[in-house]
Amino acid sequence: MVTDTAIFEAVGEVADPEVPVLTIADLGVLRGVRHEGDEVVVTITPTYSGCPAMDLIKHEVELTLDSLQLKGRVETVLSPAWTTDWMSDEGKAKLTEYGIAPPTGRRAVGGPVSLSLTIRCPLCGSPDTTELSRFGSTSCKSLWRCNSCREPFDHFKNL
Amino acid sequence: MSDLFIYTLRLGDDALIAAQRTAEWIAAAPQLEEDVALGNIGLDQLGQARSLLQYAGTVEGAGRTEDDLAYFRDERDFLNAQLTELPNGDFARSMAKLLYFATYQHLLYEELRSSSDETLAGVAGKAVKEVAYHVDHATQWVLRLGDGTEESHARMQAGLQEMWPYTAELFATDDLVQRLDAAVDPSTLEEEWLRRVTEVIDASTCERPTSAYQHSGGREGRHTEHFGYLLAELQHVARSHPGAKW
Repeated sequence: MVTDTAIFEAVGEVADPEVPVLTIADLGVLRGVRHEGDEVVVTITPTYSGCPAMDLIKHEVELTLDSLQLKGRVETVLSPAWTTDWMSDEGKAKLTEYGIAPPTGRRAVGGPVSLSLTIRCPLCGSPDTTELSRFGSTSCKSLWRCNSCREPFDHFKNL
Repeated sequence: MSDLFIYTLRLGDDALIAAQRTAEWIAAAPQLEEDVALGNIGLDQLGQARSLLQYAGTVEGAGRTEDDLAYFRDERDFLNAQLTELPNGDFARSMAKLLYFATYQHLLYEELRSSSDETLAGVAGKAVKEVAYHVDHATQWVLRLGDGTEESHARMQAGLQEMWPYTAELFATDDLVQRLDAAVDPSTLEEEWLRRVTEVIDASTCERPTSAYQHSGGREGRHTEHFGYLLAELQHVARSHPGAKW
């Protein structure tokens, strides 16, 4: 029998279709693997309620289970709610290399004061950057511009 | 129909109809970044609607899916507050609506996180973090437009005024929310909502509207004349091709 840990590692390799440099294990979208009798149950959680990538991720996990010749299903859970704190350090490093500024662990909204916090440019490292829009090309990102190298970049925003 | 089913429908319909209106801005917003922002906000609202309507279907136990509930109910079966169905109007009106609605949703979801119903608490725990960004977005626009030019100030003031008579309905209490242990009684949120909204309006140099008359009826399925048109657009593909898959 394939162990739950081995299955977790295998399905954890499924890439996020929106940010293909990250796996669902890096993101913390993969929550767990367990056996119910001879059936494998994989639980995943969306980054945002409306994340359109969830259907594809679910399908890819099912294909991975199939390739391991395992009978199983995928469950989507909402609680506990996903947070960027679950992103692995390795995932954050991969994001920076890919050109997306990783989450900083500090919320930009929701506190008593709405603050704009500086995000370092992932391309040249300059802290002199401007937020263009708090909403970017996908729900999980905001749009920034670097004032030093003038390049626009995405920031994986804190949630 | 159980109380929990009706309560979940109210929350789900609010989110669904808000999503539909927000999405109307896509490709029509004043700038590209705003298109993207409103697209994302609409997607959050739609995601919340899906979770809630799916759960409503489960609670009802009659085999209806989220799609059945969204596409195959008639006007009088929808329980959303009338504020959510109002036409977008100009951009300032839409931002006034978003400020009122998102501030309400934020307070509601904060409380609902500790609901005795685990699923509702889960949806709320997820949604509250998303809605914080919606409140922030609306706040920034209300400040910018209200404290902007003479023209933008006049439009912001008009938008705040026009949406105001639809806000009391969000906080209306009834037997159902008082009876249902899992529910948040929205009347308990009104004071804090008023405080937060007033703070933003004051800072924007606009006047906080007052209105003796307040509309109601959405929670009982009575809607404005605009709602039928919205549903026609939302539902016509699904109803023209029932059972279609893509």
